[in-house]
Amino acid sequence: MNPRNVGEIEDPSGVGTVGNVKCGDIMKVYLKITGEGIVEDAKFKTFGCGAAVATSSMATEMIKGRSIDDALHITNKAVMDALDGLPPIKVHCSCLAEEALHAALWDYSQKNGLAIDGLKPPVNDIEELHEGAFA
Amino acid sequence: MEKVYFDHAATTYVRPEVLEAMLPYFAEDYGNPSSIYEIARSAKKTLETARDKAAAALGADPAEIFFTGSGTEADNWAIRGIAELYEKKGRHIISSAIEHHAVLHTCEYLEKRGFEVTYLPVGEDGIIRVADLEKAVRPDTTLITIMTANNEIGSIQPIEEIGALARSKGIVFHTDAVQAVGHIPINVKSQNIDMLSLSAHKLYGPKGVGALYVKKGIPLRSFIFGGGQERGRRAGTENIPGIVALGKAIELAVSEMEEESRRLSALRDKLIDGILSSVPHTFLNGSSVKRLPNNVNVSFEFIEGESLLLLLDMKGIFASSGSACTSGSLDPSHVLLAIGLPHEKAHGSLRITLGRSSTEGQVEYFLKELPPIVSRLRDMSPLFEEYLKISDPARVSG
Repeated sequence: MNPRNVGEIEDPSGVGTVGNVKCGDIMKVYLKITGEGIVEDAKFKTFGCGAAVATSSMATEMIKGRSIDDALHITNKAVMDALDGLPPIKVHCSCLAEEALHAALWDYSQKNGLAIDGLKPPVNDIEELHEGAFA
Repeated sequence: MEKVYFDHAATTYVRPEVLEAMLPYFAEDYGNPSSIYEIARSAKKTLETARDKAAAALGADPAEIFFTGSGTEADNWAIRGIAELYEKKGRHIISSAIEHHAVLHTCEYLEKRGFEVTYLPVGEDGIIRVADLEKAVRPDTTLITIMTANNEIGSIQPIEEIGALARSKGIVFHTDAVQAVGHIPINVKSQNIDMLSLSAHKLYGPKGVGALYVKKGIPLRSFIFGGGQERGRRAGTENIPGIVALGKAIELAVSEMEEESRRLSALRDKLIDGILSSVPHTFLNGSSVKRLPNNVNVSFEFIEGESLLLLLDMKGIFASSGSACTSGSLDPSHVLLAIGLPHEKAHGSLRITLGRSSTEGQVEYFLKELPPIVSRLRDMSPLFEEYLKISDPARVSG
C-alpha cells in the first residue's frame, strides 16, 4: 500500500467529504484549481479499507492537470479500470471516490458562484461523523 | 523479512508430531474402518484410540464423543438436533449476542422455522450475566447454547454456572468451545456441560475435522444420513487421518496447557501493555481478566482495520480485524458492536492471537513496527484531522 497524494492543500479551491463512519469509509478530497479552470493539484485523506485508499489515490492522480469539464468525466468505472478492477464488494469504494471528486468540484463552484453543467450537489452522510465519531 | 503469524484463532499450523501421527493413514493403513481385514482393523483401532484421547481431554466417556467434519458442523448438529428433538416440548432457545456465525446462523435458520431465540446481551467485558440468563428461561426453553470463549475478544463465559442453571431447569446446555479446548481447562462433568463442539485446526491439528461431545442419555438424532458410522449418529466414512490427528493434537495441547498458557499470557500482557502505552487513543476490547491466554483485541481510534492489516502485512505481520471490510459485509463485527463499541471504533479494531510459534522477539518486533504504521494511517485519516481541529485548534491551520 503506497498511496499518492495523501495530505491536505492549504487554501484549497474546493474540498469535498463523502461517506460515513457506519460503513467504514470517509473520503475527503482537496482541489487546487487555477484561474483557467485547470485542476492544478489534488490531495486526499481517507478513513477506510485498502480499496478506499487505492481509489482515492487513483482518483486524485487522474484529476490532476484536467479541466473541470474533463474532471467531471472521471467516473467510478474509469477509476476501477485504472486500478485493473475491484472485487464486487469494493465497487462502492470507487463510487465514493467519484463522489468525493464531485463534492470538491461542487464546493469550488459554490465558492466561486459558478454553474457547472452536469454537476449536482453532493449527497453525503457526513453529519453522522459529527454525531458519532467523537462521542 | 521476519514472518510473524499472529492469527492463531483463525487457524493453527499442524504441528510436526501431529502430522507424523496422521501420515500412515493416507497410503498405508488406508482401510475403511467398517471393513474387516487387517488394514481396516488397524484403522478402526486407531479411530477408537483417538476417541479415547478426545474424551480424556474433556473428562468425558469415549462413547460420548462423535467426530464431525468441523466445529461448525458440530454446532449445527447440536443446535438443530436438540431444537427439533424437543420441538413438542417447546420452541425457545437461549443464546448470546456474541456467538460465532456457526451458532448464530443456525439459530436464525430455526427462527425462520418458527422457533424463538433470545440472544443474551453481554457487558463491555464481553461476558453474559447469569441473572439475565435466569430471567430469559421460560417453560418452553429447550436449549441454551453459549460459547465457552469468544473468537474475537477472547472473553470467557461462566460456563459452570450456566451449566448448573440449565441442569436445574432441565434444559440442555451446549457450548461452542472451539476457541477454548486445549487453551483453557475444560471438564464437561464439573462444568455441567451437556454438549460441546470443538475443532482440530484451532489446536495444531488439520482442517476438516471436529467433534461433538454429547452427554450420555441425550438421544440426539443423526444429522447426516447414510451408513452406520459413529454408532449410527453421523454417517460418512470416517476421516481417519484427520481423526488420528485430532486425537494426537488434543492430547498434546491438554498436556502442555498449563505451561503454554502461562507463557502466552505473559506475551499477551506484554503486547497489551506495549500497545496501550505506545499508541495514544487506543483501548482494549473485552475483559482484561477473564480472557483467553492468547487473545489481544484493541481498537485504534480514527483508523480503519483493513488498511492497518495491509500495512502490517507489508512488515510480515499477519493479524485480523473486526472491520466491515474484513467481515465481508458493510457492518463491522457483531461482537464489537455487542460490547458497545460505536461503528467507527469497531472498524478500527485489531485482533492478535498468539500461539506456539509466538516468541518474545516477535512481540518486540510488532511493538516496534506498530506505532509508525498507526501514525501513518492517522495522518491519512479525515477523522483524525477533525479530531485535531476540535481538540487543539491552534495545531491545525485553516
